[in-house]
Amino acid sequence: MTDQLDPLDESAVNAAVEAAIKAFADASTLDDLKQAKIEHTGDKSPLALANRAIGGLDKSEKAAAGKIVGKSRGQVKKALDKRQEELEAERDAAVLVEESIDVTLPSNRRQLGARHPLSLIQEQAADYFVGLGWEVAEGPEIESEWLNFDALNFGPDHPARQMQDTFFVDPAEAGLVLRTHTSPVQSRSLLERGVPLYVVCPGKTFRTDELDATHTPVFHQIEGIAIDKGLTMAHLQGTLDGFAREMFGPESKTRLRPSFFPFTEPSAEMDFWFPNKVGGAGWIEWGGCGMVHPNVLKAAGIDPDVYQGFAFGMGIERTLMLREGINDMHDMVEGDVRFSARFGMKA
Amino acid sequence: MRVPLNWLADYVDLPADTDPHALAAEFAAIGLEEEDFYGPEVTGPLVVARVLEIEKEEHSNGKTINWCRVDAGPEHNEAADNPKDPQPGEERPSRGIICGAHNFEVGDLVVACLPGAVLPGNFQIAARKTYGHTSDGMICSARELGLGEDHDGIIVLKDLGLTGEPGDDAIALLGLDQVTLDVNVTPDRGYQLSMRGIAREYAQMKGQNFTDFGSASVAEVNAPTSDGYPVVIEDSGPIDGVPGCNQFTTLQVTGLDPNAATPFWMQRRLQQAGMRPISLVVDVTNYVMLELGQPLHAYDRALLADEIVVRRAEAGEKFTTLDDVERKLNPEDLLITDRGPTGSKIIGLAGVMGGAAVEVNGQTTEVVIEAAHFDPISIARTSRRHKLSSEASRRFERGVDPKLGPVAARRCADLLVDLGGGTLSPATTRYGQDPEPTVIDLDVARVGYVVGVDYSADEVTSLLRGIGAEVESKNDETLTVTVPSWRSDITADIDLIEEVARTGGYDRIPSVQPPARAGKGLTEAQRTRRRISNLLASDGYTEVLSYPFTSDKRDDQFRLEADDERRAHVRLANPMSEDLPLMRTTLLSTLVDTVVRNLGRGAKDVALFEVGLVSTSAGLPTGPGPRHLPGYHPTEAELAEIYASVPRQPLHYAGIIAGNIEVPGVWGKGRPAEATDVIDTVRRIAAVNGVEVSVEADQIAPWHPGRLAKFVFADGQVLGYAGELHPKVCENLGLPARTVAFEIDGDALLAQTDQRSWAGALSTYPVSRQDVALIVDSDLPAATLAATLEEGAGEELEQLEIFDLYTGDQLPEGKKSLAFRMTFRAPGRTLKADEASAMRQAATALATERHGAQVRS
Repeated sequence: MTDQLDPLDESAVNAAVEAAIKAFADASTLDDLKQAKIEHTGDKSPLALANRAIGGLDKSEKAAAGKIVGKSRGQVKKALDKRQEELEAERDAAVLVEESIDVTLPSNRRQLGARHPLSLIQEQAADYFVGLGWEVAEGPEIESEWLNFDALNFGPDHPARQMQDTFFVDPAEAGLVLRTHTSPVQSRSLLERGVPLYVVCPGKTFRTDELDATHTPVFHQIEGIAIDKGLTMAHLQGTLDGFAREMFGPESKTRLRPSFFPFTEPSAEMDFWFPNKVGGAGWIEWGGCGMVHPNVLKAAGIDPDVYQGFAFGMGIERTLMLREGINDMHDMVEGDVRFSARFGMKA
Repeated sequence: MRVPLNWLADYVDLPADTDPHALAAEFAAIGLEEEDFYGPEVTGPLVVARVLEIEKEEHSNGKTINWCRVDAGPEHNEAADNPKDPQPGEERPSRGIICGAHNFEVGDLVVACLPGAVLPGNFQIAARKTYGHTSDGMICSARELGLGEDHDGIIVLKDLGLTGEPGDDAIALLGLDQVTLDVNVTPDRGYQLSMRGIAREYAQMKGQNFTDFGSASVAEVNAPTSDGYPVVIEDSGPIDGVPGCNQFTTLQVTGLDPNAATPFWMQRRLQQAGMRPISLVVDVTNYVMLELGQPLHAYDRALLADEIVVRRAEAGEKFTTLDDVERKLNPEDLLITDRGPTGSKIIGLAGVMGGAAVEVNGQTTEVVIEAAHFDPISIARTSRRHKLSSEASRRFERGVDPKLGPVAARRCADLLVDLGGGTLSPATTRYGQDPEPTVIDLDVARVGYVVGVDYSADEVTSLLRGIGAEVESKNDETLTVTVPSWRSDITADIDLIEEVARTGGYDRIPSVQPPARAGKGLTEAQRTRRRISNLLASDGYTEVLSYPFTSDKRDDQFRLEADDERRAHVRLANPMSEDLPLMRTTLLSTLVDTVVRNLGRGAKDVALFEVGLVSTSAGLPTGPGPRHLPGYHPTEAELAEIYASVPRQPLHYAGIIAGNIEVPGVWGKGRPAEATDVIDTVRRIAAVNGVEVSVEADQIAPWHPGRLAKFVFADGQVLGYAGELHPKVCENLGLPARTVAFEIDGDALLAQTDQRSWAGALSTYPVSRQDVALIVDSDLPAATLAATLEEGAGEELEQLEIFDLYTGDQLPEGKKSLAFRMTFRAPGRTLKADEASAMRQAATALATERHGAQVRS
């Protein structure tokens, strides 16, 4: 603070401004800038003194001097603010860098659970049919023989009753079995809901097969039944085609082959076209189906001359194994967490 | 049913260049699914060879082998002997082959496979050094060529009734190039268990005319005579009023040569069809059964008493069947017996299997041929009862053409006459009348109405005639269809509709999506199940599905009391394992095995859940279950009885955590799961479903008596339990100490109504927080104290948190301190500090009054 700056000396004032701007620019830390701020804008700074000196000027000179000094102070303030902002940003950035963490470190303090894919695929199937306006029905797993067999037109000596190796509840006279298929839910639905009826019944079923790579004594099926006026095998074919597309992709479709089931007539085995089949697209056996036998409708008190419809059923395990490339049934039934974990909550 | 294609070609036009795989696909399209495929397994050179010289050589191992010079035909003979290893006898074009069998001599024609040939089992033939010579091929036995089990010696052509010239292709000669398709016959179509049935299907499929060689109007039959072998039907116990035997034909053939052998072609066909050749008479009966579908039996006339009696067994009777098993008979079993002045004996389980007493044997010269028709149900029951399934019983169960007996008996007799040198006796028995045919009126429009394909009356007529039915027009809309005698499965118009659809081709059925319905979506129960499952998976539990089979031992391991209702299991009559004969009453009883399995496979921390049905035998009727026949619609009362016969099967949810709930890692130590974790899980389940449940301490197995929460609804229904498993239970099951678990009843949850209420808009006025610590008796449940505070604090209490629990030196013995934070908020105004204090004091005052709580300063 040597010489008093003459507020009318425009070049001197400009020099002071230049000096201030240079000092700010040279400041490399916020502390330096604070010092420069005191020197160039503080009470003792040339520009402050010049400003104060305006008061002592002749009235005619005041306006000119004010203009010169005011403009200069504005320039200095602007430069200071700009530098202040820059240095703060630099400081903040450095702090945030220091605070950084390794985001690739493990974060799974709580383990993630998973749904079983057999449950998920049943939900997917149910959702597909619910989307068509069907309902989802359920039934007991320990079932009366009448509902599991007789109501489905399996006579007491029907050879088909032997085809299925059935778990019987003790004593066998009690007439209870572990349901061998989800089909008793057909009869329960017909009896309880009446017609028209459009339901699917996913669920657990039982046969006395030893567990091996492709068999399990406890497995799952999804059953569908539609009873209405005017339903034909063409509607069965259409329904199956749609379901196959949902489960196996838009290229899929189904094919019917004549077969025999006591509860349908005509009966069919159904194959689906599997675009992703190992070794090339091809037909794969999927389940059984047919037009519901008049005796099934009669047993439920429905007039088969007025109402008719179709039913179908397929194995959930098989569907999942084919779709997901699972080779061994053991993986699906043993409850190894590594198996479900692969699927998360989406099959 | 195995169908040798060369046999099928006897009856239909089967082009020689038929692709058998394509044919299998065509059969599948009419319902005959391919089970297996038996194609050619031998590739040549396999030739007829004549044995020119045999030199017997004894070897140090004690075996005598034959060093043979054989003529394998000009194309395959070597021009000259190897000078270092000359063949026996005079040198001439031939091959030298070593053979260990001795059933042939010089001059015999045999079958030789030469280097380059491949036999069944991918057995590659090459010249090889053996017993000091180079064997330039192999003389084959029947077994080596896949022609049966006979390995007693090599094939000598004359023994098979065959001949040829050296060098002839033996593959063609022996039929080794033939293909057999094994097709699956569904249980309703007994007629397809015969070449007759398969040939008819083929002819219809190919649009060929079919001459039914099983029809009495085509084949020759014998008229009954008065001197036919006496047959008496004495059925004292028809099943459901159906006589056990309604047709019985016998013929007799005399003067049979007991040494006559079955010709090779017949043996070969039997083998291709999966049966073992035995003797001429037995082979012929089997051959005719395969050809026509009629099971036959031939008895040695000399061993048979005066008359054949068909009757039911008497209690206590025993019979040893041909498979050497003595069987205790049941009064429902239908028997073939004979009767004479000296008594009677059982000679067969009708339609299932005979016994040794009157079987044909090496001395038999005279036979009685039986061609009978038995009640399918009677045969099925006997077969099932004795766990004895035979070619005959399979056919009778599925239905044999009741008009076939006389045709089959005659065909059998004719073959015995031809091949065994016998004479057909005119004596013929014929019991029973031809059954009345089934006649069905078929509304032509109804066919299309079911199948979804428009068939003309002409096409329906033609398709049904193709299956052997007689079809007449009754009027413009209706056909009168006479069902062929072999189609006992066709009893109503729907069965005819299936035949039209099947023979017309399922591939003609169009694909039509039914119109979408106005559905109701998932039920609340179904949505709840998904909600809970997804919550549990999000909370770290992995869903598994365990088998529902358990045992009393598991109940013991769970330390269930003797009278615990969870011991009321449904028991299986035929469990997979005698160790697991019971159905589970809890999910945990089987879920624990899954935990142990995962730990055994290296998992360190395991959290699992399962959703599934459990059952109880409590309240089950003890009497026999209700029975009604197919097609019968039970009355309301009968339906109620059916439903009541089924055990109660609530849907449960269970979860179990072994090890850490927070795993150790870079963040520090892990945290082992504790009772509060599973208690919280159940609270969260209740919360996401909008139901209120209260928690109280309880003591039941398999849980730790001091660390078990019972969840009870306001109406007293129990939702379930959560806590730490009893240390002994963990020890019993091999679970880690301090394993925690929960199990709840989803049906009880669903039975609750949603208790949540909504009082207008949320208050946005500020809250006032008040803290207080209360000293109470150690055994006062926190929930009880909290409930008192809530009650005492009044409506403005928005939240009550317990933020500290203290026991220790600062407090008297038997006391604890619980610190509460109360958050107050009023709906329409800001609460003043003294108002909130007053509310807090009101709350603590009630706690003091009820529980002797002291405010801790």
